[in-house]
Amino acid sequence: MAATTVPGRTAAPRASRAGAVVPTAILLLGALYCLLPVSWVVVAATKSKAELFSTSTFVPGTGLLSNIADLAAYRDGVFWLWLANTVLYAGGGALLSTAVSTVSGYALAKYAFPGRNLIFTVLIGGVLVPAVVLAIPQYLLFSSFGLADTYWSVLLPQILSPYGVYLARIYAAAAVPDALLEAARIDGAGHWLLMRKVALPLMLPGMVTIFLFQFTAIWNNFLLPFIMLGDDAKFPLTVGLYTLLAAGANQPALYNLIITGTLISLVPLVALFLTMQRHWRTDLAGGALKS
Amino acid sequence: MRMNRLAATMAAVLATALAAGCSGGGSSAEPAPQTTTAAAGPVKLVYWTWAPNMDKIAAAWNAKNPDIQVTVSKQAGGDDAAAKFLTAAKAGNPPDLVQAEYQMLPSFVAADAVADLSAEIASAKAEFSEGIWRMVTLGTEGVYALPQDSGPMMLYYRQDLLKKYGVEVPKTWEQYAQAARTVREKDPKVFLGTFSSKDPGAFAGLAQQAGAQWWSIAGESWKVAVDDPATRKVADYWGGLVKEGVIDDQPYFTPEWNKALNDGTLLSWPSAVWGPGVLSTNAPKGKGKWAIAPLPQWSEGENFSGFWGGSSTAVAEKSPNRAAAVKFATWLNTDPEAVGMLVSEAAIYPAVSDAGSRLGSAPEYFSNQEDFWQQATTIAATARGFTFGPNVNVAYSAWKDAFDKAVRDKSSFSSALATVQESTVADMRKSGFQLAR
Repeated sequence: MAATTVPGRTAAPRASRAGAVVPTAILLLGALYCLLPVSWVVVAATKSKAELFSTSTFVPGTGLLSNIADLAAYRDGVFWLWLANTVLYAGGGALLSTAVSTVSGYALAKYAFPGRNLIFTVLIGGVLVPAVVLAIPQYLLFSSFGLADTYWSVLLPQILSPYGVYLARIYAAAAVPDALLEAARIDGAGHWLLMRKVALPLMLPGMVTIFLFQFTAIWNNFLLPFIMLGDDAKFPLTVGLYTLLAAGANQPALYNLIITGTLISLVPLVALFLTMQRHWRTDLAGGALKS
Repeated sequence: MRMNRLAATMAAVLATALAAGCSGGGSSAEPAPQTTTAAAGPVKLVYWTWAPNMDKIAAAWNAKNPDIQVTVSKQAGGDDAAAKFLTAAKAGNPPDLVQAEYQMLPSFVAADAVADLSAEIASAKAEFSEGIWRMVTLGTEGVYALPQDSGPMMLYYRQDLLKKYGVEVPKTWEQYAQAARTVREKDPKVFLGTFSSKDPGAFAGLAQQAGAQWWSIAGESWKVAVDDPATRKVADYWGGLVKEGVIDDQPYFTPEWNKALNDGTLLSWPSAVWGPGVLSTNAPKGKGKWAIAPLPQWSEGENFSGFWGGSSTAVAEKSPNRAAAVKFATWLNTDPEAVGMLVSEAAIYPAVSDAGSRLGSAPEYFSNQEDFWQQATTIAATARGFTFGPNVNVAYSAWKDAFDKAVRDKSSFSSALATVQESTVADMRKSGFQLAR
């Protein structure tokens, strides 16, 4: 008896320690995998033209400030215009998309109406269709409306996000208790008040998630604006930086400017995630308390 | 019936919503661009190009021509630019003018995306050499664009290091192969050259030098001969060198390649006249050490070159302002002032015949070779091109796949070439082109 319990007692903590080490190691590997390219961008952005291809990969260079100055001077500062465009597309698009997703997700989760399941099934189908496939049909459609090459041509297609609606519905179903709605209804709240005062505050963490997802997706989107926009004053960063990369045969790609531009375009995303993280934590905590 | 009415209602609702949205956004953002109306005011032209500083050149035109105002929209270059233009043309809203690489022009013509300008610009023919003019006529009666820049090929080499290894500048490809062997013997870390399996354009230029004719039009049908004897000769030559290991097989324009150019472990590069821009950025340490010579020849006494790259200015078939667009395109590519700016601002080698006189002093990078432009102009006169077909993109990607594989397996380059020929022909047949046998 004693012989079996003693090793059992020591084995248990060892097993749990080993159990903790493996996931941690895997997570660390994952973090390394994700962060290595980013750290390369950070280091490479500090290299001057002469250093970029001649010094060893992870040795910082001396050209960061001159790279930024060159980038700011490139075509009279068109980079900042592209940055502003991207903020408009991503910020505006994500806000509108979050609004649409939340309202429709809430309605789908909390109201029973004919065709509800059909709509939801179609939505699930929409999640499965990659946005890339739709870019060219959308372009032809917008062209026939005369809307191609406008700000709207990039904003509108991104507003309806099937995944966002799906997420909002799931979240509303879990986070907004029917009993609460019922109670408010008995107190005489109408649909509008019900949504604004009861449902939306409860759905805030979910909304933040949808906003961040959409913001990142639009920020990084390349194909849709690439196809839709002809006027380089309306380009977002992705398409703009690509014109520096594929600069034609007689002009070498402007690697220094592209890398520096990539680094600068990362900054707002990182800042956004850091500031929004707070809401995500409540999200996780809220989920934990629910059951 | 009911569906139709529903659809119509939906469309109306959507249209109203969009209109409302547009007018709402107009106050805060830029107003949505109007479609060009030829009625009152100046004619507005949109020009898609990727040449640097083209907006400055257009500004010079705009200052002098208040009734034809050109807006330059800088695009990404290369194959994607062609795909984007074709999509825009198909959707009915292409730009008025577009930069078209010579190898892409036939696909534009086949899609009816660019206008036949033969009635408007026949007079411009005298300004260009016959070889270049053929690139925009495709060997037909039509004229589908105005040549803008060209890329005659020459041999770039490290003057100092060839001397160090006791190698003469090769005059024939046979001598080039010998030189490659000598360099390997003297220093096993160094290669005389490399074969890039990622740059079909460069290979096409070398094939042109050897006298290849990959595509030709006979009456109503196309003839495809990617694996003609001239091209097979070029392929087998490079395949032999790669197999023997006397030249490197890493592709151009990679960081490793840049590094090799920069630190002197790669001694030559058969490239086009736009090479100085690439070298000065990617191999800054080689400044004043590189020089140019004519490409090595296939047999002594010959004097030929080919083209790698180069582009033209085409006018969209759907442009409502064709006359104005032709006027601008003609000015841009033939007027002495404009061509001068193409050289100084856009850093391109202009296609007009008397380009040499406008080029000025040698590029700074080639300060060791004062007569750089004179040499380049002499070489340019020996360049011969061929007619490109309507599916160059297919042929080129088949080429990349086949030659990637051949380089990896060290297998026969001419059988890789046969694969390219097969894929090209199969694709043209599938797209409904008539093929001559």
